[in-house]
Amino acid sequence: MKLKFALLGLALIHVLVLGAGFLAPYDPAEQNRDFPFAPPMALHLVDTQGHFHLRPFAYAQIYHPESSAAVPYEIDRSRMIPVHFFVKLAAEGGMGQSGEWRLFGVAPPHRLFLLGTDDFGRDQFSRLLYGGRVSLFAGLLATALSLALGLVLGGLAGFYASLPDHLIMGASELFMALPWIYLLFAVRAFLPLHLGAQESFFLLVGLIGLTGWARPSRLVRGVVLSARHRDYVLAARGFGASDFYLLRRHILPEALGVLLTQAALLIPQYILAEVTLSFLGLGVSEPAPSWGNMLADMQKLYVLESYWWMFAAGVALIPVFLLYHLLADALQQSP
Amino acid sequence: MLSRPPALGAQSEDLLVTTGEAGRVGGRLVASWHSEPKTANPAIALDVVSKELITLLDADLIHINLATQRTEPALAKSWAVSDGGRRYVLELRQGLRFSDGQPFDADDVVFSFNLYLDPKVDSPQRDLLMVGGKPIKVLKLGPYRVEFDFAQPYAAAERIFDGVAILPRHLLEQDYENGKINQAWAISSAPGSIAGLGPFRLKQYVPGQQVVLERNPNYWKVDAARHRLPYLDEIVFLIVPTEDAEVIRFEAGDLDLLEKVGADNYALLEREGGAHGYRLFNLGPGMEYDFLFFNLNDLSAKHLPEIVRKQEWFRRREFRQAVSLAIDREAIVRLVYRGNATPIWTQVTPGNKMWVDEAIPHPARSLEKALELLRLGGFTRRADGTLTDSQGAPVEFSILTNPSNAQRSKMATLIQRDLSQLGMRVNLVSMEFQALMARAFDSYDYEATLLGLVSGDADPNPEINVWTSTGGTHVWALAEVHPLPPWQTELDSLMQSQTALLDFAARKAAYDRVQQIVAEEDPVICLVSPNVLAATKAGLEGLEPSVMRNYLLWNADRLYWR
Repeated sequence: MKLKFALLGLALIHVLVLGAGFLAPYDPAEQNRDFPFAPPMALHLVDTQGHFHLRPFAYAQIYHPESSAAVPYEIDRSRMIPVHFFVKLAAEGGMGQSGEWRLFGVAPPHRLFLLGTDDFGRDQFSRLLYGGRVSLFAGLLATALSLALGLVLGGLAGFYASLPDHLIMGASELFMALPWIYLLFAVRAFLPLHLGAQESFFLLVGLIGLTGWARPSRLVRGVVLSARHRDYVLAARGFGASDFYLLRRHILPEALGVLLTQAALLIPQYILAEVTLSFLGLGVSEPAPSWGNMLADMQKLYVLESYWWMFAAGVALIPVFLLYHLLADALQQSP
Repeated sequence: MLSRPPALGAQSEDLLVTTGEAGRVGGRLVASWHSEPKTANPAIALDVVSKELITLLDADLIHINLATQRTEPALAKSWAVSDGGRRYVLELRQGLRFSDGQPFDADDVVFSFNLYLDPKVDSPQRDLLMVGGKPIKVLKLGPYRVEFDFAQPYAAAERIFDGVAILPRHLLEQDYENGKINQAWAISSAPGSIAGLGPFRLKQYVPGQQVVLERNPNYWKVDAARHRLPYLDEIVFLIVPTEDAEVIRFEAGDLDLLEKVGADNYALLEREGGAHGYRLFNLGPGMEYDFLFFNLNDLSAKHLPEIVRKQEWFRRREFRQAVSLAIDREAIVRLVYRGNATPIWTQVTPGNKMWVDEAIPHPARSLEKALELLRLGGFTRRADGTLTDSQGAPVEFSILTNPSNAQRSKMATLIQRDLSQLGMRVNLVSMEFQALMARAFDSYDYEATLLGLVSGDADPNPEINVWTSTGGTHVWALAEVHPLPPWQTELDSLMQSQTALLDFAARKAAYDRVQQIVAEEDPVICLVSPNVLAATKAGLEGLEPSVMRNYLLWNADRLYWR
């Protein structure tokens, strides 16, 4: 039950961010310089006269740049902006290609900001979806990398014992003792300047994944060490099975359960690692969004005090973490 | 509890009587610094915090009044100019004493200047005290009379004495002779071992926390009512590392003033200020400006082939002009500075009223004109909009920014978007400020960078460092460039010749030409000049805020609590 719920929830979130190219109404890099820090716009079905509309609509917002109010926007209830479904995006360069289909949108020059905008007038809702791609998949890919490395190295260490074991476990102890965040800082400082958003994403994934192999490898080693002397392994060896066959067929499958639980624990950790690095300005670079660099704006006092919708990425992290922990819990209970 | 003002000294003291309303004696002022001052030694101070400390501890011979931007007597009560502007004879005030009670005379002046001019000391003042490539000659004519000889007439004239702190010979001579002057007067030295002629003296230094200054009882200024200045008993500087933390502590009442605050936090204070009675100062455009520049250093194609390839573009005037035309300066003013900035197209900011050239054109943003220029420069656009050079390579470069400067990071994001509309692909690289400076100033391993500069004085002379090809702040090409572009040769000769022009109109014409060249050639693409914004608690009087550093505390000797 728990397992199903967690898997379903996670699947839903991942589908949402994967579908950003269709679900997000705008290109995440598109700046609307006349709407900085616009508050979220509510969708309505009933207008001021009490009439019901089948088509949802929002009210236009008027920006008063001269006002000293924290949020210098006023809702204009006389101007309704109807929401259209299945619209073609008229983007001007950037990530989205013009002519792409989008789930919903409003007719220009109006804009629909479901989660408000940031300081450049970029739609927070679109950025949240596109940014989720980066953050969530950085976690997934880095975990896959860590586990693959852990499986191979832990398998070798456990199976051959003696020298390989000493070497690999020694290295893993070194890696576990490393203050990884400083290591990442140092590595980032030596990188070439010409990294685009994609290169920096894969680099980030590589760095996070490579530094994290130690713990899974130790777990795998433990499992392999105990499985190595099981009767069926000895029997198979007696029939002339090769090392590779033994590992693949009999020993490593034993580690599967441990690895799955480990994955459910590592993914949120690595998502957080990406968020932390991007928060500190070392992750994917502007204008590509990630949940970390979206939260980086919260470092500023005036944003923190005045624009609550800028917390969106932080709020989005909560269900993701809860679901992953639920998953880890469920995986541990069901053998 | 307010004590009576300290009694005046002997009548022989040549005190400076200030005009203006008399204040109230006593009280302490709490201000803040982002970092600790590195030293109290004027001969080695480079960072702004140390320099600000030194302006409070020490005094100069002739001082620039930051409210009027003109010179006025300080330790020298009068001076005579002769020999066509080459000789200055300064009459010193008599009977003054350093903050440790020891007397001041011409020997201290000669000692100080010789120390700053000594190549072995390598003080930052040395460059400024060279006129026509030769050091100033300093001669003692009497116990209170000193002669200064320049190798050639010097246009900025007596401004040269501003900020040259006069040191106590009795305390520093031994260190100087032992070659240990650079170790003297560290901020952690015993407060008693540091003495100066400024309004305050060091009382206490707590590492990482605060620096406390107390009134110098021997200060040489009195107010109209003959009360000895300064009015304040103490000034405390808390070390508060970020502006946000400063604002929070100001709002909590821990700090009495914010010497300089960003536009976003200023808006925050504006909203909340009414209830708390803050006094907010919007002083208009200052001397600071933000600019974008490309790497035009001569580089070895072996070490940095990628950058050398891109310099083909950067060296084209049309390319730089197109970038300048495509940048939406109005958006920077609005989104980065909330309207509290002025767009600029050359290096002299509107805050510098005397020297700004009003005739510099302010071309509006125009993508069409920018594209036309790029076409003339041999660039073409592909069907998908990507800009390519004559070899067909896409135009892509990176801009370095430091995330610790929120304004410039934001500016970079706007510029990235602006230039993408020309088909240029701009990558933003954020790195720590020291790493950025190392690339821009040492390894030249960068393509473009956003930086800010502050003119230290309204006068163009200190700007020689920025605009002449051999200058230490000639940011876009610090390495030697062969051959120099013709406009750079003209900049060099203009900056050199203006130092010797004594006629203001002729000098202004020369510096106007410098501004025109910068605007036309765009060696640096000047973007905006932010307003100087500051705030104090209610009740602090005597303020004459200046757009130049130290914005609120430059006349700390006259500040008082109502």
